[in-house]
Amino acid sequence: MGFVSVVVLLMIAFFLFKESFKIFYTIGTIKVITGTQWYPTAVVPSFGMLPLIMGTISTTMLTALFAIPLGLATAIYIAEIASHRIKEFLKPIIEMLASFPSVVFGFFGMVVIAPILTTWLSPLLSDKLPTLIRGTGIPFFSTTAADFCYDKLFIASGLNMFTASVMLMAKALPVIASIAEDSIASVPRTFREASYAIGATKWDTIRHVVIPSSMSGISVAIILGFATIVGETMIVLMAAGGAAIIPHWIFDAVRPMPAAIAAEMAEAPYRSMHYHALFAVGVLLFAFNFILSLISDFVSKRFRKIKLGEKL
Amino acid sequence: MKGSPIDIKRPIVPLRKAGAAIRGNLILSIISALGYTGAVVLFVVMAFVVYNGVGVLSWDFVTKNPTDAMTSGGILPAILGSALLTLLCMVVVLPIGIMTAVFLTEYSKPGTVLKLVNMSIYTLAGVPSVVYGLFGLAVFVIVFKCGMSLIAGSLTLAIMVLPYIISTSEEAIKAVPQSFREASLAIGATKLHTIIKVVLPLSMPGILTGAMIGTAKVSGETAPIMFTAAAFFTTGLPRSLFEPVMALPYHIYVLATAGTHIEKTRPIQYGTALTLIVLVLGMNFVGIIIRSRERRKKAW
Repeated sequence: MGFVSVVVLLMIAFFLFKESFKIFYTIGTIKVITGTQWYPTAVVPSFGMLPLIMGTISTTMLTALFAIPLGLATAIYIAEIASHRIKEFLKPIIEMLASFPSVVFGFFGMVVIAPILTTWLSPLLSDKLPTLIRGTGIPFFSTTAADFCYDKLFIASGLNMFTASVMLMAKALPVIASIAEDSIASVPRTFREASYAIGATKWDTIRHVVIPSSMSGISVAIILGFATIVGETMIVLMAAGGAAIIPHWIFDAVRPMPAAIAAEMAEAPYRSMHYHALFAVGVLLFAFNFILSLISDFVSKRFRKIKLGEKL
Repeated sequence: MKGSPIDIKRPIVPLRKAGAAIRGNLILSIISALGYTGAVVLFVVMAFVVYNGVGVLSWDFVTKNPTDAMTSGGILPAILGSALLTLLCMVVVLPIGIMTAVFLTEYSKPGTVLKLVNMSIYTLAGVPSVVYGLFGLAVFVIVFKCGMSLIAGSLTLAIMVLPYIISTSEEAIKAVPQSFREASLAIGATKLHTIIKVVLPLSMPGILTGAMIGTAKVSGETAPIMFTAAAFFTTGLPRSLFEPVMALPYHIYVLATAGTHIEKTRPIQYGTALTLIVLVLGMNFVGIIIRSRERRKKAW
């Protein structure tokens, strides 16, 4: 019975590779991964996955920019600063956020964040702001900055990488916060008391004692935060715009790997090249998360108390 | 302390500069404010869905079939479909998960094998849900010839939630003190008897909490059932395990993105989202309450 998890894992790996073997074999692994044209349903189909991979990487980076500071701040707040009552209130909230259906987050991104971007933020940033900057009349700066605003801050469609990242943040934050909080809370009390005893303030203690002591757990939290963002499907499917083009800017529409699988699998005929190509995307996702798990397992060697299975 | 990450040669408290304490307090207040981000996000999203969806919810909405090509009527088949998928998933996963946890805590010996098993559980927990969907498609739908069906979707969900169930059950079993087992063995009970009569009953609240929160997670998942079970439209209950079913999360997705009347079905989308949230967070909440009660009650 104990081996059921090993068997399942091997079966997942086996079937993913089996179903995607054909595309790697006929087109070539390098060409599939580095190809820049993803036109799976064209008359002459093309299966270059780079746009999907870049979509995932850029969305993940942008989300991490929001999610890591906020997740760690939440963890530090709950573990070190908050009173007992606030702790008892915030911890279940974070847990509920983690199991909140991501389809509702995607839906929220579509019907709330996207319209806010196009009808409110875009005119503000690409129309009012450059006019204001131009009005200052500072040589060189006023024209370049204004041009930048006209050019880059105009948001054509609300469904883009930025919208998806905002919602992905909501999904990654609880993962980062709860793992980091566990690791911060497991720093022995005596460490803190020793620090206070030599006159350190609370912030000094957090910065120089608590955080360094729980660094391995915090690293695991960040790595698994990445894993969550990379694998999240419904949010990027609904709110990221779905254009399979290598993005150049945060307001570009993207089609990250999970979104490509979810959006196209229904229309890909069974055992067609498209079907195999989507399994190949699945292999990449699987491999990526497998590597992240290995890294975090390695990092958490020093932090054995962590219960990772419960956090994901 | 050996291997302490704190560099003892460096002074822990830097030399005081004027205003250092004020700056420290400022940073602490910023962290405190940011600490509420998760709560704010949860409340904003929930408030939005409740505000827009509460007017749609009615007895008819949850007990009637969709009508007029999905643009009006209720969501009964989606509720039933989600309930069946989740129920069947739990029926499959709970025995396997609990038995695995019993094996891992009571029978396995530390060593390479145990490490491998733990590693695989941990890796499974990190596999993206859409990859589970692909796996379900390749194995249950195609190899086992189930087609897009209730059973294929439930099995896919079961595999997805397995690592969570194993981990929470393992935790619950480990929390039973060793002395309880020894007391049972001392009066002549066998190991199996001890597990069935002592360990499992005492860890049951913990296991059930895990099952409850696992159920909540499963019922909110969309990606694993998209190509294994979910149908755009069915009426009432599926007649067999081998028929596709509607499901609440998939219903939201389809109406919001693929329907021909995206704007017209907005109210139904809000209503469905609200129903889903109430179910998922309700189960989650009950699980959390049971757990904190049990923790307080525990005498050992």
